Amino acid sequence: MALPTYAGPLERSWYYAFRIICAAIFVFLIAPILIIIPLSFNAEPYFTFTRAMLTFDPDGYSLRWYEDFWNSTSWMASIRNSFIIAIGATIVSTSLGTLAALGLSRSHMPFRAAIMGVLISPMIVPLIISAAGMFFFYSKINMAQTYLGIILAHAALGTPFVVITVTATLSGFDHSLTRAAASLGADPTTTFFKVTMPLILPGVISGALFAFITSFDEVVIVLFLAGVEQRTIPREMWSGIRESISPTILAVASILIAISVLLLLSLELLRRRNERLRGIVES
Amino acid sequence: MAPVEVIGEVTGESAGRPADPAALRRALRRSERRRQLWAFGLTLPLLGFLVAVFVVPIAGMLKLSVANSELATAMPAATEALRAWDGTGDDGGVPPEAVVAAFATDLEKARAARALAPVAQRLNNAFAGDRTLLQGTARNLPEAPDGSWTATLEALDPAWGEPRIWQSLKRAAAPWTDLYLLQALDLQRDATDAIAPVSADRAIYRNVLLRTFWISFLVTLFCFVIGYPLAYKLSTLPPRLANPLMILVLLPFWTSLLVRSAAWIVVLQREGPINESLLWLGVIAEPVQLVFNRAGVLIAMTHIMLPFMILPLVSVMRSIPKSHMQAAIGLGASPLEAFFKVFLPQTRPGIGAGCLLVFIISIGYYITPALIGGAADQMISYFVAFFTLETVNWGMAGALGSLLLVATLLLYLVYARLVGLDRLRLG
Repeated sequence: MALPTYAGPLERSWYYAFRIICAAIFVFLIAPILIIIPLSFNAEPYFTFTRAMLTFDPDGYSLRWYEDFWNSTSWMASIRNSFIIAIGATIVSTSLGTLAALGLSRSHMPFRAAIMGVLISPMIVPLIISAAGMFFFYSKINMAQTYLGIILAHAALGTPFVVITVTATLSGFDHSLTRAAASLGADPTTTFFKVTMPLILPGVISGALFAFITSFDEVVIVLFLAGVEQRTIPREMWSGIRESISPTILAVASILIAISVLLLLSLELLRRRNERLRGIVES
Repeated sequence: MAPVEVIGEVTGESAGRPADPAALRRALRRSERRRQLWAFGLTLPLLGFLVAVFVVPIAGMLKLSVANSELATAMPAATEALRAWDGTGDDGGVPPEAVVAAFATDLEKARAARALAPVAQRLNNAFAGDRTLLQGTARNLPEAPDGSWTATLEALDPAWGEPRIWQSLKRAAAPWTDLYLLQALDLQRDATDAIAPVSADRAIYRNVLLRTFWISFLVTLFCFVIGYPLAYKLSTLPPRLANPLMILVLLPFWTSLLVRSAAWIVVLQREGPINESLLWLGVIAEPVQLVFNRAGVLIAMTHIMLPFMILPLVSVMRSIPKSHMQAAIGLGASPLEAFFKVFLPQTRPGIGAGCLLVFIISIGYYITPALIGGAADQMISYFVAFFTLETVNWGMAGALGSLLLVATLLLYLVYARLVGLDRLRLG
């Protein structure tokens, strides 16, 4: 959309005004997240740029909030909990979700729309409702405040993402490949692991990443179901923001931002790999 | 035997005679059914899992909104007597002595078994003050009636001589109740059992519902106004520029909600960067309150929902050929006219998808308003959490949750009609 040479002054000024508007929107999107990172190196216990920071005085910056985070037993316990719960939930939702996607992508699937509706419902129902429902249910069967309870709840939330990404990958899948494998003497299990799985792996991995981040970020279910033992990173941040906001939160937030950048980049690489495997030329 | 039959069929075919078409159809149907079963079997583990940990709990919550088992559990004999009572009595509305006696006897039993608390809570949910009435009466109840039980109870507290408490008890004895669903809409049953609005000082939930929809509407509007130009820009840029910029849109999407909420609290606070820069620029003389109020909620929620608006818009806009606008301009339309008459109408599916998605996610939102809003900015989800975790009034939590669930599902139905659930994209 370069500006044509015959553009009048009105068009010209609108063209630049529009650019400025878009730049401002990008600033609105990104700035609040990025501003956290320099503030987390603040040497003072404030949430604002001190004079020393603005003049780039090295004394204005420090790693004290990162040290604080590193030396806090509750933060360290929350990291452990977050990983236990997110990895457990990812394993459950990825294996069940991939199986279901394989079934859904077959042309012989009966009641496809109805089943799809049930399978993606955890994504549709507001979290607060899932959390309250599970809270009542788990207190009745004595599963509240257990790791297993939270892992299963998070796995349920993650499955729609796995089902959707793997189904999307399978939609471009050439089924004659599995028939070829079968005609060459491979049994269904061998065919699955040697032919189908390597081809749909990018979709499975991006589904697993979605499931992981869903659990890793989730706080509403944890608020309802977790006891002191099972507090995760978002749960600690929740109390940190509500009760005693200290810049340690900004240090944790910066680390989480770094993790999400890494995840985003790996997803982008997976998407490109998937397109290459399926022979889609980048447009 | 079987191999022989197969050979027979094959030789029959090779000899030019057609195979039995009915048998062929049967075999085909059998194999079709086997494939269907196989496909269904693959989805079965996930279906079973979701039913167990997701569908059953939510159905349980829906049931809680009409559940009424407190009295029946703690005072079974009284419940039976109250159910059998037709609701009329000699003294205007006080039940006959037999029912009152059954109630008094059961009250003493429940007190001795320490099972009275749920009943007291249930009565208090319907009428504030009934907890004290019931527990005070139970504490002072004599072993034998002083004359009649009716007179004894009335001597303990004159409220027992009024029809209202007995109507309340009769309603608490029913198998189901509409108490919570009515309360969620600021309605109640009066002494004559007719549905009437609650008094103005107790009416809060309609206000909360309206506020939930109003905040969600504003967030949707802001997202559209901000997201549309950006999506347009993104869709017209060459991929070399658009892809990195798209990552900038996706980064907030992938950043933890808690991180984004914390970021907004830091940015918007009284000593935060926004206030400091505005003060420095001389735009304001005093720091403005931007956080823990409605403005903060709207700003932070718009920021959080924006990717849900931008992504469907971009995907629709990318599918519109550039030549359409060029043709319109070439045919004499002004750029503005070309945009409104040619481009905008074609983006309608994206607008519908983005706006519906943002609105649906907004009405169920909990974290951001709870952290960034004040008391007057809390939406329906806050009250679901409040009744579940703080004042253990599960009936009310269930009723508000059910209302929210119904609203969400209805909106998704519209979404499925308009966009199709298959097109629910994740960025």
